[in-house]
Amino acid sequence: MDSPQAVNGMESRARWKYLDSILSTKSPYADPDYIPGEDVITFLESSRVLVIGAGGLGCEILKNLALSGFKDIHVIDMDTIDVSNLNRQFLFRQSDVGKSKAEVAAAFVESRVPGVKITPYNGKIQDKDEDYYMQFKLVICGLDSIEARRWINSTLVSMVDMEEPESLKPLIDGGTEGFKGQARVILPTVSSCIECQLSMHAPRAAVPLCTLASIPRQPQHCIEWAHIIAWDEQRKGDVLDTDDPEHITWLYKTALDRAKQFNIPGVTYSMTQGVVKNIIPAIASTNAIIAAACCNEAFKIATSCAPYLENYMLYTGDSDASGLYTYTFAAEKKDDCPVCGNLAQTIRIDPDMTLGEFIASLAERAEAQLKKPSLRTESTSLYYQAPKQLEEQTRPNLEKKMRDLLTDGEEVAVSDQALAIDFRYKLVFER
Amino acid sequence: MTATATTPPPIHAPTAKEKKYDRQLRLWAASGQQALEESHVLLVIAGNGDVCSGSSVAGVETLKNLVLPSIGNFTIADSAKVTEADLGINFFLTSQSLGQSRAEECKQLLEELNPDVQGHAITTPLSDLLQDPSHLRPYNLIILCAPLPQEQRRIFCEHAQQYSVSLIHVQSAGFYSSFSIQLPSVFPIVDTHPDPDSIQDLRLLSPWPELLAEAKALDDLDKLEDHDHGHVPYALILLYYLEKWKQNNEGKAPDTFKDKTQFRDMVRAAARTDNAEGGEENFDEAAAAVLKTVAPFSIKSGCREMFEKDSCKVINKDSASFWIIAAAIKSFYETHGVLPLPGSLPDMKAKSADYIKLQNIYKSKARKDVAEVAQSVRSMEKKFSRKDVILDGEIEAFCKNAAHVKVLEGSLLPQLRIENGDVQTRKTMLKELQNTETLLPILLAFENGSRSQLDDMIANNGKIDFEALNNQFAEVERVGGRELHNISSVTGGMVAQEAIKIITRQYVPVDNTCIFDGIGGTTLVLKL
Repeated sequence: MDSPQAVNGMESRARWKYLDSILSTKSPYADPDYIPGEDVITFLESSRVLVIGAGGLGCEILKNLALSGFKDIHVIDMDTIDVSNLNRQFLFRQSDVGKSKAEVAAAFVESRVPGVKITPYNGKIQDKDEDYYMQFKLVICGLDSIEARRWINSTLVSMVDMEEPESLKPLIDGGTEGFKGQARVILPTVSSCIECQLSMHAPRAAVPLCTLASIPRQPQHCIEWAHIIAWDEQRKGDVLDTDDPEHITWLYKTALDRAKQFNIPGVTYSMTQGVVKNIIPAIASTNAIIAAACCNEAFKIATSCAPYLENYMLYTGDSDASGLYTYTFAAEKKDDCPVCGNLAQTIRIDPDMTLGEFIASLAERAEAQLKKPSLRTESTSLYYQAPKQLEEQTRPNLEKKMRDLLTDGEEVAVSDQALAIDFRYKLVFER
Repeated sequence: MTATATTPPPIHAPTAKEKKYDRQLRLWAASGQQALEESHVLLVIAGNGDVCSGSSVAGVETLKNLVLPSIGNFTIADSAKVTEADLGINFFLTSQSLGQSRAEECKQLLEELNPDVQGHAITTPLSDLLQDPSHLRPYNLIILCAPLPQEQRRIFCEHAQQYSVSLIHVQSAGFYSSFSIQLPSVFPIVDTHPDPDSIQDLRLLSPWPELLAEAKALDDLDKLEDHDHGHVPYALILLYYLEKWKQNNEGKAPDTFKDKTQFRDMVRAAARTDNAEGGEENFDEAAAAVLKTVAPFSIKSGCREMFEKDSCKVINKDSASFWIIAAAIKSFYETHGVLPLPGSLPDMKAKSADYIKLQNIYKSKARKDVAEVAQSVRSMEKKFSRKDVILDGEIEAFCKNAAHVKVLEGSLLPQLRIENGDVQTRKTMLKELQNTETLLPILLAFENGSRSQLDDMIANNGKIDFEALNNQFAEVERVGGRELHNISSVTGGMVAQEAIKIITRQYVPVDNTCIFDGIGGTTLVLKL
C-alpha cells in the first residue's frame, strides 16, 4: 500500500501539515511554560504507548493514535474476531472472523497509515510483568471487563516510584454501554484511581436464588434458572460454552418450558443469549465518541499543548430530556482505597452473619466486587480459596458467625487471585 | 386469557444478519434497523481551500458510524481532490488516493466497511447540484460540513425545510466542534426510550374495578399465613393500606409529603419482623415505592404540549396518522382524566401465579384502553374517508408510550437565523453568553465575521466574561479551520448518534445545537 511519497522511509511532513501547524502555535489554554514547535512533535513521535483491547474501542483508539502523530504503538488483546463484532469493529471484515483481534487491527492500521509501527500481542495483560509496562509513556484501555481494568490499575499504581517520575504512567480508560460511555484520566497515586471509583460502577443486583428456584416471574428468571440450576442438574459434566449454538438452544428451550409451566411470556432466543452472555448493547458511534475522547487526552498529555481532563467525563447520548449531555467532574481520590490509599476501609456487618455469608456479600458490595476472596486477620487464616489443603483446613470457618471469629473493629486482609491487590477492611459490628 | 402469550415462538436460530447486528438490535429493534436500511444520507463537503480541511473528517467519520450499523445508501458530494494534508487526518484515504477525487476515494473505502451498504459520489461542484433543488429529493438526511459558502448553505437549508428533510450542520476545527440540527417543522417521536425508572405507572390512586377487586380479595392481611404474607405483591399491599388510610382520613388518599411519609411508616410497620430475616422483602419494596407510586396521575409537559397543538385539535382528511392517534388519545384523556394504561408491571416479590395474575390485570386493562382509542381512530378515519388505514400496531405503540411522546418543532438552522439578525435568536444568545463557562462563543467564532455583530450586541455588558470569550475566539483563530482527527472523530460519533435518532424516529435528538470543547472535555446543548 506504500505510495511513491512514502518510499525509502523518506516520508514527507506534508501529510502532517495540519497537526504540525496546530503544534507549532500556542493555545491560550496551554501552560505558560509550554513551548510549541519541533521538540513537541519529536517527543510525540517518540512516545511509546500501550493500547489494551482491540475491540470496539480499541479499533477506534488505534486509528486515532495513528492519526494523532503517535508512531510507536503496542496493542494487547486475547480475543478472536466474532461476526457480532462487525457492526462496529471497523478494522475487521467477514473474512477475518476467527483471527486474532490484536494482529488484524495492528496490520490494518499500519498499512493505512505509513510510518506508524503497531506491535500486537495476542494474549492476556496478566502475561506481562512490570518491566514490560515500564517501557510505555502512557496506557489507554478500551476494555469491557472490570476485572482487567482493576488489574492494570493496581499494577500501574504499584509501579510508581516517587524518586522516578518516569515510573508514573498515566492511565486513560474508556467504557461504553449503548448510547452512553465514559472517559477518565488517572495519574496513578496522584489522582483518583479505578479502584477509588469502583462503587460508581456497581454490579447489577443478582436475582435471589429462591426466586429462580421456586417463584419465577420474569422471562429472565426462567433463563437464569436454566443457566444456573438446570444445566448443572441435567447436563452434568458438560462444560457450558455460551458461544456454542447447541448449548444456547438447549438453555432457550429449557427456559421456554419453564416459562410455559408458570405462564410467563417473553422468553426469546435473543434474550437467552443476552442473559447468559451478559451482552451489553454496543454501537459504532458511542465507541467513536469515547475512544476519541480518550485519545484526545493521550494527545494532550503527550504534547502538553493543552490541559488534560480532570478527570472524568460521562457521556449520555440517550437523554429524553435534552438529547445528549455530558457530565465532567473530578472524581476524588479515597484515603481508604485498597489500591492507592493507605487506610483500611470500614465495613459495617451484622456480627451474626456467617463468614460464608460475608464472603458472598463481598461479590455484591459495590466497593469490593470480589468473587473468590481469601481472608485472613493479622493472627489467623479465616478462609483460603487455594491451595486445596488450606481450603479444606479453613472451610469449617464458613459456617461460623463473624462474632466468633473476630472482635468488633478488627482488621481483615482480603485477597482475590483475579486481582493484584490486597484489600484491608475494618469490620465494625452493627445490627 | 393470554393464549398468545404462552404459545412458544418457533425456535429460530438468529439469521446471519441478526448475528451481525445483534448488539444494536438490542437498542433500536428490527423497526429501527429497517428505517436505517431504507435511508439515504447525503454528506456535503465544500471544495478544498488548501489551509482548511472543511470539517471533512468529521463528516466522513459520521458516515463510518452510519455505514457500520447499515444505513441503506450514502452519497458524498465533494468536488475536491485529495491532498497530502488530507492523508494525515482522514482514515478513509490511502497514499494512492492522492490527487484523486476525495468523494470517490472516501466512498470506496467506506463501502468496504459493510457490503450491505451502497455508496455514491458526486464530484461536480455544489453549484451544479443546487441548480435543480429536486436533486435533493432522494435524501432523507443531509449533513453539511462547515464552512460552506453562505449562499449555498442557505439553499440547502431552505430546500431541506421545504421537503421536510432533516439537516445537520457540522463544524470541527482544532479542539472545538459544534453541530446544529434543523428538524422538519413538526417532528413527532413516539418511541422516546425514556429512562426505565421513570415509566412506572401503577395507577394506585385511580384503580379500575378489576384491580381494586384484587386488593379487596386479600380480605385481611393480618390473617394470612407468614409465607403468604411475605409474598403479597407490593402493588396490592399499597392498594390495601391505601383503603385503610382513606377510612381514617375522610376518604382522602395521602397527599402531602408528610402524609406520604406517615403512610410509608404505616406500611413499614405492617411488616412481620419475628422471622429469621427480621423483616419482609415485599413490605420493604412497598415502603420504598410509596413516594414514587402514591401520586395522582399527571401528564408530562411533552404530552400536554402535543394536545395543545392545532394539528391535534383540528383533524381533517390530510392529517398525518400521528395526529389522528394523538387526537384520539386526547379525547381519551378528556373523558377519563388519565392516559391509556401502558400495561407493564415492574418485577416485585410475589408467588409466580399471583404476579402473573396481577400482570394480566394490567395488560388487559391496557388492551381495553387501546381498543377504546382505536375505536375513535376508526371513526375519524371514517368521518374523513381516509384511504390509508392506520395499523393497529401503531395505535398500540402510541398508547403504550403516550406519557412520553414528544413533538419537536424544527425551525431554520440557527446559523441562518443569526445571519438574518433574528431578534429571538439574538435574545437567546445574549442570555446564554451571560452564563459562566458558556461555550457559545465557539460557535460564533466558527461563523466567520460574526465578531463585529457580537461586539455590538454585548458591548459594556457587565455580566459577560470577556476573558473567556476572547480566549475561545483566539483558539478558533489559532487553528484556522484545521481539524484534529480526535475531535472530528468525537464529533462524527455524536453526529452519527443524532442521525440514528432522527432516521429511526427513536430516542430524542438534540434540539437544536451542541458545542463540544475538547480542552475541558465538556459539551453545551442549547436551543438557539
